[in-house]
Amino acid sequence: MKFTTPAGTNPIDQLKVIGQPLDRIDGPLKTTGGARYAHEHHQEAPNAAYGYVVGAAIAKGRITSIDTSAASKAPGVLAIVTHENAGKLGKGKYNTAHLLAGPEVQHYHQAVAVVIAESFEQARAAASLVKPSYAKQQGAYDLDQAKAAAVEPEGQDNADSKTGNFERGFANAPVKLDATYTTPDQSHAMMEPYASVAVWEGDQLTVYTSNQMIDWGRQDLAKTLGIPAQNVRMVSPYIGGGFGGKLFLRAEAVLAALGARAAGRPVKVALQRSLIMNNTTHRPATIQRLRIGATREGRITAIAHESWSGDLPGGGPETAVNQTRLLYAGANRLTRMRLATLDLPEGNAMRAPGEAPGLMALEVAMDEMAEKLKMDPVTFRIINDTTVDPQKPDANSRNAASCSACVRAPTASPGKIATPCRPRSRMVAGWSAWAWRQPSATI
Amino acid sequence: MRAFTYERAQSPAEAAAAASRRPGSRFIAGGTNLLDLMKLEIETPTHLIDVNGLGLDKIEPSGDGGLRIGALVRNTDLAADMRVRRDYGVLSRALLAGASAQLRNKATTAGNLLQRTRCPYFYDTNQPCNKRLPGSGCSAIGGYTRGHAIVGQSTACIATHPSDMAVAMQLLDAGVETVTADGARRTIPIADFYRLPGNTPHIETTLRQGELITAVTLPRPLGGQHFYQKVRDRASYAFALVSVAAVIQPDGTGRVAVGGVAHRPWRVPGAEQALPQGGKAFSALLLAGARTTEENAFKVVLVQRTIDSLLAQATKGQA
Amino acid sequence: MQDSSDIDQTRRNVLITGALSASAAAVPMAAAQSPSNSASTAQATLAPVTGKIALTVNGSRFEKDVDTRTTLLDLLREHMHLNGTKKGCDQGQCGACTVIVDGRRINSCLSLAIMHEGTNVTTIEGLGQPGKLHPMQAAFIKHDGYQCGYCTPGQICSAVAALDEVKQGIPSHVSGDLTAQPMLSLDELRERMSGNICRCGAYSNIVDAINEVAGGRA
Repeated sequence: MKFTTPAGTNPIDQLKVIGQPLDRIDGPLKTTGGARYAHEHHQEAPNAAYGYVVGAAIAKGRITSIDTSAASKAPGVLAIVTHENAGKLGKGKYNTAHLLAGPEVQHYHQAVAVVIAESFEQARAAASLVKPSYAKQQGAYDLDQAKAAAVEPEGQDNADSKTGNFERGFANAPVKLDATYTTPDQSHAMMEPYASVAVWEGDQLTVYTSNQMIDWGRQDLAKTLGIPAQNVRMVSPYIGGGFGGKLFLRAEAVLAALGARAAGRPVKVALQRSLIMNNTTHRPATIQRLRIGATREGRITAIAHESWSGDLPGGGPETAVNQTRLLYAGANRLTRMRLATLDLPEGNAMRAPGEAPGLMALEVAMDEMAEKLKMDPVTFRIINDTTVDPQKPDANSRNAASCSACVRAPTASPGKIATPCRPRSRMVAGWSAWAWRQPSATI
Repeated sequence: MRAFTYERAQSPAEAAAAASRRPGSRFIAGGTNLLDLMKLEIETPTHLIDVNGLGLDKIEPSGDGGLRIGALVRNTDLAADMRVRRDYGVLSRALLAGASAQLRNKATTAGNLLQRTRCPYFYDTNQPCNKRLPGSGCSAIGGYTRGHAIVGQSTACIATHPSDMAVAMQLLDAGVETVTADGARRTIPIADFYRLPGNTPHIETTLRQGELITAVTLPRPLGGQHFYQKVRDRASYAFALVSVAAVIQPDGTGRVAVGGVAHRPWRVPGAEQALPQGGKAFSALLLAGARTTEENAFKVVLVQRTIDSLLAQATKGQA
Repeated sequence: MQDSSDIDQTRRNVLITGALSASAAAVPMAAAQSPSNSASTAQATLAPVTGKIALTVNGSRFEKDVDTRTTLLDLLREHMHLNGTKKGCDQGQCGACTVIVDGRRINSCLSLAIMHEGTNVTTIEGLGQPGKLHPMQAAFIKHDGYQCGYCTPGQICSAVAALDEVKQGIPSHVSGDLTAQPMLSLDELRERMSGNICRCGAYSNIVDAINEVAGGRA
């Protein structure tokens, strides 16, 4: 969306849509059990067998062997798929880690096998009989320790950005804030576990699944299996939550397809909850350094936002600094991202990628700077609002991130600014409010 | 989950007999912890003995002014019983602070006592754990220990007992009534029911093989003000970081038991004479010998402050 | 050893054994034991044990021979194709599997089907269907109390039962006076619904929906 003209009055601003309950077409289905999610396509695969995934027991290393002798003799078992018999597998365009491990193990709980059996209970029981042997390797799991070796990530959008001379502007600023914040690794934790039902008809594959971007998924499944994309159909009418975790092809779809091919029957696979956190993608942890320099009257003269995050080799950063290119005003600016290599499960998008941890750190820093200036945090933001792109203040570029209207709105009368607020100065229901945080965006 | 045979027992003695006949047996009541552990193959019974039909689901006067609570009374019903609410409020509050309504509706008195730790290393079967596999090591030590024990732990295990109800039972000097296969009955005082981990963290209670809990008794009511304060990361549906059960008398004396700090509910009756001196003096005695990590040292202060908070509420006359 | 089909199901003592159960023969029996395995693996490769279960689901009697390991949740979803009840975690932590059994809400993932002999189970499908909605379902639609919909059946079943629990006088963690009849305050509703997680964050509309139904009954 390009903001080239001011938004006029619209249903969103008039609060006619956002925040109002809507009588939705899927309502009667979702409230009566009629909406069908991935694992529930019984009619399309009436004789489906069940697959249960085994996740790697080590965080990094190699599978030296997989003993499936006991598992293959377990009651009801139809097939077991591992890297030893899966055939040559590609990797999807949107996948960083391989979805089936072997012989390398790239992260904890990376899928190492799927057991296909007549019933769920039999598949699950047989899965615990699969005995991989591993050669462990040392790995890097701590962002703080890996920080020093972090490098500038690839890609135009990830490059450092500079306006004016931040170092000089900051050195000369009468009031300075230099604060470092951390955010943890976070998991999407959607209510519906990843699940797929794979049905082969000749060389045509249909997968009933739970996926936010089914054409990407279809293409990547074809690429992983080494079959033409036109032979793959992906169906995902209802998703029980994704939040970015179901943007890309995931292991259960691949394993269901491989399992169905091996067993000669449709196969349904749902990831067990205990596996999901480390088998799938997650929002990586960040370490963020915010530096703000301002005059004593509260005008920002220098602002810098640096962020460190980690990912598997070939991965990307949590893009936590991008909003600070546009917020707040300040002639001397610097943003910088550095990517470390970590052997944790793959980092990727999670609801408001980059901005969820990044905007939070920026706003916390703004509140702390306001406190240093002994200014009201709302006033501080209004003073430093910018209706033009602060990276190109002379160009005629409107800044969609201008926030004055939003931050003013909550106060009762326009122009009347709330009194400055010190931490712990308000009691809310028995809890002392540490700070009266000023939000500047809803995502 | 491994295959198992199943029977519905007809009498307590018969249930105990069935269990002693088949060493791989487990009693199943509500199943809200057992089934979870069976799915992970942390528990692997070959035979389940369903004890739900044994008629052990009544709450009755115990004859000495107290109550006898059947082993199969559901947590919801125990918390809602008017006698418990009125005379043993700490027990009702403790139960209501635990789990969710769905779980309380199914979980039973005996099952709640016997639930096992939620230590994440116990649950991750890829990690060494002396509780799951004696002698294999303790992954929690040197790992993330925020939720782990600060007293009573050993070099073999630093897990905590997760039950809220058990803390109240400990406070109230409950008795655990049992029957064994030969029909013998005994009452195990709650103070003797739970074991500290020592070198054998896989042995959690003093029950014998096949011994079936039939009831839990409570002595006559203590009077006083009853408190159960549970401190946790969320307002509901989360285990305690620290919990404090207390009964405070009008003269400021009382008794206190603490959850979330040890392999069992933690009560030091000898320390209770210091209660009128305040939370700091009392908890110094209660948690004497505590060994903490950087991550869980906060529990010492949290226990002290929670006790202070309860003492302040007691003074104000709030219950 | 008795064959389960010979046992009078009304007797409380029901012994179901694997090795000689006639019903077990219907299940493919792989080699039960491998001589070189440890006892533990031997146990692990024992043939599944099945047993007959007869219960009432949404007013209709249902009978089947099932693996003793089958949960009530999987009985509903995989055997009866009643997909409304959802598997969110399969470990009793999310509430998406909540159903009403003999008037009480439980997590069906932590309940064995075999232990439900003779019980009455109500699932979301049994509460109401499009065109004949339960008031709670209608309220959830009116107040938009859902987004992805995966927690929704569990929320609705749980809410219906929660209001019954209040009516029965069962207190909660936030009940001020433990011995009094609990109130239908928003704090009470939230606490009583704390066993149902909604990752989409529809909580405020869910509470509105339940509050509307509760208001009509308080």
